[in-house]
Amino acid sequence: MQHIRAHVLVCGGTACKSSGSQKVRDAFARYLEEYKLQDEVMLVETGCHGFCEHGPLVIVYPEGTFYCRVTADDVKEIVEQHLYKGRIVERLLYREPLTQEQVPNYDEIGFYKKQHRIVLANCGEIDPENVGEYIAVGGYEALGKALTQMSPEQVVEEVKKSGLRGRGGGGFPTGLKWQFAKASVSDKKYVICNADEGDPGAFMDRSVLEGDPHRVLEGMAICGYAIGADEGYIYVRAEYPLAIKRLRVAIAQAEEAGLLGRNIFGSGFDFTIHIKEGAGAFVCGEETALMASIEGKRGMPRPRPPFPAVSGLWGKPTNINNVETFANVAQIINNGAEWYSRFGTEKSKGTKVFALTGKINNTGLAEVPMGITMREIIYDIGGGITNGKKFKAVQIGGPSGGCLPESMLDLPVDYDSLIAAGAMMGSGGLVVMDEDTCMVDVAKFFLTFTQSESCGKCTPCREGTKRMLEILTRITEGEGREGDIELLESLAENIKATALCGLGQSAPNPVLSTLRYFRHEYEEHIKNKRCPAGACEKMLSYIIGDDCKGCTKCARNCPVQAISGAVKQKHVIDQSKCIKCGACMAGCPFKAITKG
Amino acid sequence: MKSLADLHALRDKLKSDLKLRKESGTKIIIGMGTCGIAAGAREVMAAVLDELARRHLTDVQVQQTGCIGMCDKEVLLDVLRPGEARITYGNVKPEDVSKIIANHVVNGNIVEEMVVGKIENK
Repeated sequence: MQHIRAHVLVCGGTACKSSGSQKVRDAFARYLEEYKLQDEVMLVETGCHGFCEHGPLVIVYPEGTFYCRVTADDVKEIVEQHLYKGRIVERLLYREPLTQEQVPNYDEIGFYKKQHRIVLANCGEIDPENVGEYIAVGGYEALGKALTQMSPEQVVEEVKKSGLRGRGGGGFPTGLKWQFAKASVSDKKYVICNADEGDPGAFMDRSVLEGDPHRVLEGMAICGYAIGADEGYIYVRAEYPLAIKRLRVAIAQAEEAGLLGRNIFGSGFDFTIHIKEGAGAFVCGEETALMASIEGKRGMPRPRPPFPAVSGLWGKPTNINNVETFANVAQIINNGAEWYSRFGTEKSKGTKVFALTGKINNTGLAEVPMGITMREIIYDIGGGITNGKKFKAVQIGGPSGGCLPESMLDLPVDYDSLIAAGAMMGSGGLVVMDEDTCMVDVAKFFLTFTQSESCGKCTPCREGTKRMLEILTRITEGEGREGDIELLESLAENIKATALCGLGQSAPNPVLSTLRYFRHEYEEHIKNKRCPAGACEKMLSYIIGDDCKGCTKCARNCPVQAISGAVKQKHVIDQSKCIKCGACMAGCPFKAITKG
Repeated sequence: MKSLADLHALRDKLKSDLKLRKESGTKIIIGMGTCGIAAGAREVMAAVLDELARRHLTDVQVQQTGCIGMCDKEVLLDVLRPGEARITYGNVKPEDVSKIIANHVVNGNIVEEMVVGKIENK
């Protein structure tokens, strides 16, 4: 056996893979061999580090050097300079956007400084396809502790005391949910992990499953013990092939090691886990629709009660939690409820993982304590808005959530404050928007999504969202009418009050929250037929200003001959002929054409 | 795996494989400038890794550094034990490695006759 003197961790999350980390990994394997370092340097493929904007990421230990945007062509240099000669390849280090300072180490980067990683502790640090690495960092200790030293009652009590609430969006107290399922008397019970992550821009659950699958399996097994279930399902969408592959490997390895299966830790407790691949319907994230889908039926919700804790999968008592919720459980059992409840606010304990997307510098995944402000997430962790633009709004909670304006940036992020502000925690997607974004258009985007994902079972959701979408569409096309805003509001309130499931009940939220904070933009669209952000193409007009030198280029570029004017004279656009294609503006050598 | 004790035994065995990513114990630093490599630094490195593997010293980190100017004394090898002075050995040959590791790295006794430099721990 050789002494391993260095570890090279190549990120194998979906984001880094799509930016080429597989080639980077292959190049490392090739060059390590070429330099005869393969026996002294270990090459590991990890899960997501969260800093996806700068991927593919490579970390070299023992130094902890953090290389960003590594391509296969850079690998030879890293192997020769760093691994062979011990010189850090400075040009590949991360640069802080504000100071332009190079930061060699992982934990000193601004993006990571404000984070507190409980759920993501192992993501990017261990090989997700090697149960040994999970065990080495303390994995399955919590399951062992629960099975051999705690009664099911004590486990439920500990989770209750921790204050953990459902991370899928609803925020229902997890311990209480477990208690209900435990109290149901039945010969058979089930545990379901909801990994049907469907919000646009959300990828927290995927990253946990890809980066640390055993943590989720362990949480599910502890839940099974607590409520008296011996079988579990992970409902994961088929669009997550890497997560599914790693889950399968993890389940097989856990069974092999005796950590799942029969008589775990000699305690007499049996637990098996199956994977059910979903076809990617948004409504299947709703628990009753999800269970119908596992049963092989069409994925449609049913009225509750009865709640799953009483009658769930195949009519048996069932406990459903989200991926991130399960991922918190092992740490709570290991370190105790008191430790866990130290993080967060009075009513929202622990941490939350957010997926940062949109017009933000550091796109990626961040885990922060509850109660942190939106400003800290967007500016300190997210690095601010791209291209030096102005912040306009942040959309939180996906299609069920809402948009918060700049005045709400200092709002503490917890379940209750967000609801009060007209948004919701949701699963944790954060879409940041800059001044060029039209809020009516954003509401239309999210409503288009929920509209097409509506299963059609109940009328308010099927018909109501359709009517709302029609109104929004005509507003963005300059056809808005007096009274449209009031009509939108009354439709929204009706749908919220009468839809069958969470999808319909929350579908109007993006419209309501944009109406609450950006009502003037709606009014501007309807009354003045103008889009203040200049985003709604159909309402724009292109205007030639005084910088025009009369070069005639725009007139020649115009596909519909809408521009006229003599040579060396200012040209004019005939607005009735203009099709708003923008060809004139793109081609103008004097930047004399503006849109607005 | 039959019991919690089995899990602990396995964990303790596997833990050392990941030490490199978590803790830093004693460091051995080898001069890998062009001068060092020309003088045989790679061979010294190989000897170090062999010796560490033979002695199961999994918590010792091996790092490299560039030229520090004492090119005629290459191969230079530094030993840095936590909280102690950084000792630089000069003219190190692969056959000297086991002596340095046995005396200094394991037992804390500096091999005085080979020392060419010393940096006190601040």
